[in-house]
Amino acid sequence: MSTGSILAGALAPHPPHLIYAENPPQNEPRAECGWENLRWGYERMRKDLDALDYDVIVVLSPHWQTYVGTHFLGVPRFESLSVDPIFPNLFRFRYGLDVDVDLAEAICAEASSEGLVTQMMRNPDFRVDYGTIISSHMTRPAWDKPIVGISSCRNTAFYSVEVMQEQSLALGRATRRAIEASGKRALLLASNSLSHRHFTTEGALPEDMSREHITSHAMYLWDMKVIELMKQGRSREIFDLMPEFVTQAISEADSGALSWLLAAMDFPTEPAEVYAYGTVIGTGNVVAAWTNP
Amino acid sequence: MSVVRGLVVTGLPHPVLCPDANEGYAAIRAAFEQAADLIRADEADLMVVYSTMWPSVIGHQIQARPEPTWVHVDEVFHSLGSMPYTFRIDAEFAHAWDEANKRRGLMSRTIDYHGFPIDTGSVVALKLLNPDNAIPAVICSSNVYSDRAETVVLGKACRETIEALGKRAVVVVVSSLSNRLFTDWIDPADDRIHSPKDEEWNAKLLEFLGEGRLEDVAQLSRQIQSQVRVHKVVNFKPMWWLSAVMGQHNGYDGDVLAYAPIHGTGATVTTLVPSAAALGDKEFDEDDVEVFAGDRNVLSGAAAPPVPLAPPSPEPRAAPAAGVVKTSAAPKPVGAYPHARRVGDLLYLSGVGPRQPEDDSIPGGPITNPDYDIEAQTRAVIENIRIILEAAGSSLDKVVDVTAFLVDMDRDFAGYNAVYAEVFEPIQATRTTLAIRALPTPIAVEFKVIALP
Repeated sequence: MSTGSILAGALAPHPPHLIYAENPPQNEPRAECGWENLRWGYERMRKDLDALDYDVIVVLSPHWQTYVGTHFLGVPRFESLSVDPIFPNLFRFRYGLDVDVDLAEAICAEASSEGLVTQMMRNPDFRVDYGTIISSHMTRPAWDKPIVGISSCRNTAFYSVEVMQEQSLALGRATRRAIEASGKRALLLASNSLSHRHFTTEGALPEDMSREHITSHAMYLWDMKVIELMKQGRSREIFDLMPEFVTQAISEADSGALSWLLAAMDFPTEPAEVYAYGTVIGTGNVVAAWTNP
Repeated sequence: MSVVRGLVVTGLPHPVLCPDANEGYAAIRAAFEQAADLIRADEADLMVVYSTMWPSVIGHQIQARPEPTWVHVDEVFHSLGSMPYTFRIDAEFAHAWDEANKRRGLMSRTIDYHGFPIDTGSVVALKLLNPDNAIPAVICSSNVYSDRAETVVLGKACRETIEALGKRAVVVVVSSLSNRLFTDWIDPADDRIHSPKDEEWNAKLLEFLGEGRLEDVAQLSRQIQSQVRVHKVVNFKPMWWLSAVMGQHNGYDGDVLAYAPIHGTGATVTTLVPSAAALGDKEFDEDDVEVFAGDRNVLSGAAAPPVPLAPPSPEPRAAPAAGVVKTSAAPKPVGAYPHARRVGDLLYLSGVGPRQPEDDSIPGGPITNPDYDIEAQTRAVIENIRIILEAAGSSLDKVVDVTAFLVDMDRDFAGYNAVYAEVFEPIQATRTTLAIRALPTPIAVEFKVIALP
């Protein structure tokens, strides 16, 4: 068996608004338009990633929030209805996804060997979180690749950003080792936004783009700082900046997703391809990918 | 009596899925069942659940689907099993509460979608407190950004709706006390509160709740958040909501039915019943806000406009003021103000003293007489308030809030307080008593009142 590898890692945020605006047949609500810059960015990223011919998508979602360790989807197939608890008016999505249970178990075992608390999720009634579904759909709408779903262990809330960083490092190393041992070619997705201060009101027409902008200039500056580092291939500096970024930008990177991604890719020094930046109900979102040379 | 019982209950799934795993879980389960029996005896016709485990961002969301049905699995404790449910929701109440929220300036919406993910805490509360769906229920989210003002107004809007629809409501907050879970798997036999510090805070909270001092706990919310809560959200808010919906005071019969650790958190089933015997004045350290006009309209970058309780007049300067109440049966005002004014669903009275309408005499004598009678003055104040309320189509029993001013607190508080209790004890209006230097006429006492029309 040849050595597996991480072909690419993407920052693939999960606002339900993107699927709402995309109008896929699986989603019940219908929209006229909206958030085109991010959706068109996803289109360009899909073309580049599809060319890599990966075997499996490994996604860490901020919306599977676990307070006792890191959990992994461990049922071969899930089919159900996902309704966003925050934006149920936008996202009521029929999903069916296959899980690469073997790889999930391998990453889980490697993470345990790193000293992390882990758990395989074996309950067939479990509803897959909408972050996993949205990032996966926007990256691969054909749903023809198996998924490894990883929860977000809420170390930032429980302890500090620094503890989250340490555990994300360990989880990233474990992910890389398990993928290499599996012989599979993997695409990693960090399903988080950058700055994450929402507006707390919503227009009668959610896709009214005249209302959409960043919540504050300070958030925008932080987003641009991180994106600039991504474009320059200075991923280690992004990691080191995380405590300040998470605090100042209320960033969804507090989930550990981006830190895990960078650690799993061993801190790429190549520039990331930034496909799009846009705001969704005030939060800052970037669609970007690092491809391993 | 509109709210017949309040409850504070844990939302973790162990009492449903593994109650026999240790004595503590069994005690919590038994307490849930005891509470369910108490609720049945209350003959309540509505159960309102405010769940800290249902976070929202766009204001507050209220479940309004008549029969939500699903098989729920907790995202952390999924290995304990699944929780199938069908609940009976009072959609009419949900929509009415939603409208009341909006009138008070809150962002609010109802939810009516098949498959909407009802949170673990609400599922646990409704399955155990209302096992046969005998009582229609309503579930409300907890906004992650909301502060005290927003949460208090949410509670007041709920109370207003309960009263307007004539409900006998049980109100439930789903929340742990200390919420720090162990971050590793434990043998249930080894379960304990995460730290001695958490244990001490939980003991304090339960002491207060057991004594019925709900408003005191509400005023401790920020300290509780900083001391024993993992900071998943901006604030610890359930006691703000519960106190607001139950009338914002400390006069309840509290009973801690159970307290035990669940995976390190402080889990309780505690019940609070409005008490006719207990006296408890609210002693706010912050404004008692009726309408939310906080950090809103950030999308436009503009300052939030004031939120009107009633439609604004198109020509406010030229048009006569709406809702003004003036009556010759009450003492003449000593300035350019009416006796009362109705705004939206509330009736605001100007300060009312004891002067007699017919000749401005002061029962019990003016304060220039060292022997003036505070009890006679207080009775006259209350009578004048009754006259004004009835002129406005309301009545004394609809008073919801009283602010009392005394010119000599040391001399007069006891007499005033005794007369006050004769009339207001069954009404259970909230009250604040202030000592001030003087009033415009030689009187010792004046009330400022807010009532329902």
